[in-house]
Amino acid sequence: MTRAVFSPAGGTASEQRPDVDMSTSLGFLDLPAPVLTASGCAAAGRELDQFFDITELGGIVTKSVMLQPRSGRATPRMAETPSGMLNSIGLQGPGIDQFIEKDLAWLEQRGVRTIVSIAGSNVDEYSKLAQKLRNVPGIAGIEVNISCPNVENRGLVFACQPDSASSVIQAVRRFSDPKMPILAKLSPDVTDITEIAHAVVRAGATGISVMNTTLGMVINTDTMRPALAGVTGGLSGPAIRPIAVRCVWQIRKALPDVPILGMGGIRTGQDAFQFILAGASAVSVGTVVFNDPSAPIRIQHELAQQLADHGFSSLSDAVSFAHRSADVDLVDDVEEEFEIE
Amino acid sequence: MSSPLQIRGEVLDVKRAGSYFVISLTAPGIPEITRPGHFLNIGIGGEESSMLLRRSFAIHQVQMRGMYGGTLDIVVGVNGKGSQWLSERRRHDPLSIVGPLGRPFVLPKEKVSCVLVGGGYGSAPLFMLAEQLRERGCRVDVVLGAATEEKLFGTLDIKRLATTLTITTDDGSSGTQGRVTDVLPDIMDKSDSAVVYACGPMGMLSAVAAIASEKRAHSQCSVEESMACGIGVCMTCVLPVIGDDGVTRMVRSCVEGPVFRGDRVRWSDVGTVPADTWGAPVEGGH
Repeated sequence: MTRAVFSPAGGTASEQRPDVDMSTSLGFLDLPAPVLTASGCAAAGRELDQFFDITELGGIVTKSVMLQPRSGRATPRMAETPSGMLNSIGLQGPGIDQFIEKDLAWLEQRGVRTIVSIAGSNVDEYSKLAQKLRNVPGIAGIEVNISCPNVENRGLVFACQPDSASSVIQAVRRFSDPKMPILAKLSPDVTDITEIAHAVVRAGATGISVMNTTLGMVINTDTMRPALAGVTGGLSGPAIRPIAVRCVWQIRKALPDVPILGMGGIRTGQDAFQFILAGASAVSVGTVVFNDPSAPIRIQHELAQQLADHGFSSLSDAVSFAHRSADVDLVDDVEEEFEIE
Repeated sequence: MSSPLQIRGEVLDVKRAGSYFVISLTAPGIPEITRPGHFLNIGIGGEESSMLLRRSFAIHQVQMRGMYGGTLDIVVGVNGKGSQWLSERRRHDPLSIVGPLGRPFVLPKEKVSCVLVGGGYGSAPLFMLAEQLRERGCRVDVVLGAATEEKLFGTLDIKRLATTLTITTDDGSSGTQGRVTDVLPDIMDKSDSAVVYACGPMGMLSAVAAIASEKRAHSQCSVEESMACGIGVCMTCVLPVIGDDGVTRMVRSCVEGPVFRGDRVRWSDVGTVPADTWGAPVEGGH
């Protein structure tokens, strides 16, 4: 494995690259490469562009933007946890108008494939966000963050109920360009994630982003109070990776044809490979960026190496490979035996 | 402003200094672009570490040339598992470093009189600052304070850079018994200070900024907020700061700080989102 945190930014770039076709697609969103940033962990790309060329990635998923400017919550907003972290930022951001004018304009000028993540506190806000983004140049896709609390519905999270998840996606679909790829970002905090996945696909999502953080809590034993001002927070990082792989697996089984953008605790190319094998066509990299600012490009190179090491000449051949029937392995075994003879 | 670098450095030396550890390290490319007030982010525990978040340290000293090329020093106070791990590093151990980060101290154009105030190991970034102020011909009065004598940092070394040095401790174990703010007004009067530079705990910064405002002096305060990324993407290290337009915003201390004008930070509101903040929650909150 390549030296992770110790390699200079983009340091792996000079090494010999394996000959693997890394292009992929999320429905009708074609990507030359399979690694994206996870929403909320790359702001709008500018900061990470200091460490590596962000145009080399599959794309940048921007931090969820709301209709109005938003201050976010009080501090402390973060607590470190074993192999992860808990955060409660409260969607601090500039609001959609300033986002389009400044951030999106910069991303477009920089030539970045941009997936805009949107968040609203009710269905109407999502509709308005979709309208604002319609006909704006430089948007490759929209990721709908339905994992934030729904103000209208007593603070419940949209993604926790099939009907509320579905009404948000329907609204975004209705007000977006029919050709605009729409990814619904799901929460793992549900009894059956495939039920939500079915609902958002029926409502018009062209793909599924799985997963958002899972709700957690830390008590500060010095103050003997919750560590975060927001009391609870979203848990992210390698600690939650097995949950995310399980969610990708379950959705792939339930909906074999729906493209999945997989994420949750990816730290290395090997981690990303797990998501691909479980059924993701592309992956997002989030919390590890705080540890290693050049992680997204490192992971993209490491994933290519993983694929090559396992005999894949293209990424798309590996998607869902862990779901293959037992017969496939049998055939492989037989071939190997012949080779030995 | 130059972009931060992500590099692999190496520990040269770990020395005890009172309650603290001074770690000297190689950091190729960083000393050349470091200015007083910049900080570093250091990865903890190697690449398989379960501690994902980097720890931030003010850059204490830089040496441009030497046997190992550019090197620099940081001061570590052990207050958790991450800083403990760092204090246990030995010569030749590798370290993952991102830096220099943040906005450094702003230096005066004219040869004005300056007071530098450090609380505990908050004095670390003041050494380089004192040096550069002296090079510009500024008068530099230094005030260092801490709870006890062993919690002071650098009192001997800063003497050669300071016009005067005043020490305070809460328990009177060294210097004047009391706080830095007890002695600061007098020092400012005597030296006719135009600028106060401060680094230390929030409570101290708040009090120093208030005294500076009272005396119509400019203040530059380096804050210590807990950070996750240090590079401006995570929105963890925010505090309410008044902008040029008079509007309060939740501002990232890693990229818009750590050095702020003392009269712009809403010290008593740190840890909260004041109601008049840009985008503050309305009716029931976020």
